[in-house]
Amino acid sequence: MAAISREEVAHLARLSRLAVTEEELDRFAGQLDVILQSVARVGEVAAEDIPPTSHSVPLTNVYREDVPTPSLSQEAALSGAPDAFEDRFRVPRILDEED
Amino acid sequence: MTDLTRLSAASLASKIASKEVSAVEVTTAHLDRIAAVDERVHAFLHVDREGALEAARKVDNGEITGPLAGVPIAVKDVVTTKGVPTTAASKILEGWKPPYDATIVERLKQAGMPILGKTNMDEFAMGSSTEYSAYGATNNPWDLGRIPGGSGGGSSAALAAFEAPLAIGTDTGGSIRQPGAVTGTVGAKPTYGGTSRYGLIAFSSSLDTPGPCGRTVEDTALLHSVMAGYDPRDSTSINAPVPDVVRAAQIGKNGDLSGVKLGVVKEFAGDGSEPGVLSSFHESLEKLVKLGAEIVEVSCPHFQYALPAYYLIAPSEASSNLARFDGVRYGLRAGDDGSRSLEEVMSLTREAGFGPEVKRRIIIGTYALSSGYYDAYYGQAQKVRTLITRDFQSAFEKVDVLVSPTTPFVAFPFGSRTSDPYQMYLADLFTIPTNLYGGPAISVPCGLSEGLPVGFQIMAPTMADDRMYRVAAALESAVGSFTPPEL
Repeated sequence: MAAISREEVAHLARLSRLAVTEEELDRFAGQLDVILQSVARVGEVAAEDIPPTSHSVPLTNVYREDVPTPSLSQEAALSGAPDAFEDRFRVPRILDEED
Repeated sequence: MTDLTRLSAASLASKIASKEVSAVEVTTAHLDRIAAVDERVHAFLHVDREGALEAARKVDNGEITGPLAGVPIAVKDVVTTKGVPTTAASKILEGWKPPYDATIVERLKQAGMPILGKTNMDEFAMGSSTEYSAYGATNNPWDLGRIPGGSGGGSSAALAAFEAPLAIGTDTGGSIRQPGAVTGTVGAKPTYGGTSRYGLIAFSSSLDTPGPCGRTVEDTALLHSVMAGYDPRDSTSINAPVPDVVRAAQIGKNGDLSGVKLGVVKEFAGDGSEPGVLSSFHESLEKLVKLGAEIVEVSCPHFQYALPAYYLIAPSEASSNLARFDGVRYGLRAGDDGSRSLEEVMSLTREAGFGPEVKRRIIIGTYALSSGYYDAYYGQAQKVRTLITRDFQSAFEKVDVLVSPTTPFVAFPFGSRTSDPYQMYLADLFTIPTNLYGGPAISVPCGLSEGLPVGFQIMAPTMADDRMYRVAAALESAVGSFTPPEL
């Protein structure tokens, strides 16, 4: 298995929306390399004909009767929000000013 | 007067039912104990004094009855509790009060169990020592300089310190059993799907299993029977009767294991366990043989791949589950000064809110799921899961339960494994196969090594949770109990 580089960690952090520091990049690159070399052993055993198992119990869709039931109030839904405005979640801007 | 904090949950329930003591007295005794010792143990992140006393008063007023009515309980902070702070020991959820209860919490409330508070843990249940809590580590009551196990170190330490008679934990790779082992308490992982995950803050959805923690096997079984059972709000919940674990524990207490076959896993023998752990394990096996059990060596050749498979599957699921912590709907938001984009605010929020182990696992998971590596890592790990399940099924054709030490080593000093994450992961070597398979397993104290507790693990087939309780109760009767030094 390929070793994981510092640049690769930085790329994965960007994909994960993690603004890691330079010091973390150095530390994680070494640690992740050791971890990934160790876990790569899974490649030694599982042959083509082995089916994968994603869950130990069969998954089933859960349906309920199509009837109105009480839901969270607006106040309760917003109670943990980092910011709210006029009974709505206020989020950081997603468009540039010229957009 | 009897120190109420030293009694078993079964004994407390009996005294409350007969009105020998009130639920308020019992709850107050535990709240006072928390006030007296928790500064040193740090088992709790939040104590809900008023909520617990209000629930106790309802029992004393006769509004709720049941097998554990009035017996207080501590709940791991990864389980949502309506109106009570729930952080998963992470800065990203600091101060968050969920607007709903988890199903298992609803069941505790319906059973009349006062919730004392929320217990400390590794952040988002990722860790084996509770050193990765964003709010400081929990100390092992047996030796305050050592780890209480993880991720549910707070729940197990609360029991060992007599701050609570019962506690709730969650077990993704051993997070109930491993802390149980190193604190000298009992911890059970029920069959996956036997207890509802609705209201758990998800770490690895295909593995996470809430379960009971107690100081005796019977207490643990009593709590198991209160919290288990089908939940239509959880698509992985098993719609089948809960095995009678309480009766199994009571039968086991009589100490007769005639005809029970215990499987010892050959591949666990050369694992580098500490000598004191191995000698306690073998002495326990001898005691079980004297009770009538038969020992059979079984081979589970793929167990050696369980740890690597787990450390690909769990981070992969975690990287997906933790995407919801983006600073938009709840929890922390960082860097939102009007000059940054949504994406920048998300990245800064997650950088500020997540600790090192969570970041490591998110990055590993992202790597394992990324294009080009998926087949080599995540896909292979899921195939290994199939092979491990086949190993279990084949073993259970020959034996009733499998047994092993719960952990390869006793509680280690703080800081001794944090610099090398893979060395930390080895703490879960014996517990992880069960999570990949989905069956139940329990850890019972079986002796001391260098003055510290050793755990004995019993694994059973799926939905045969009662079988492991029977063997666990028999072992407990044979080895006796172990009490930590006074705090």
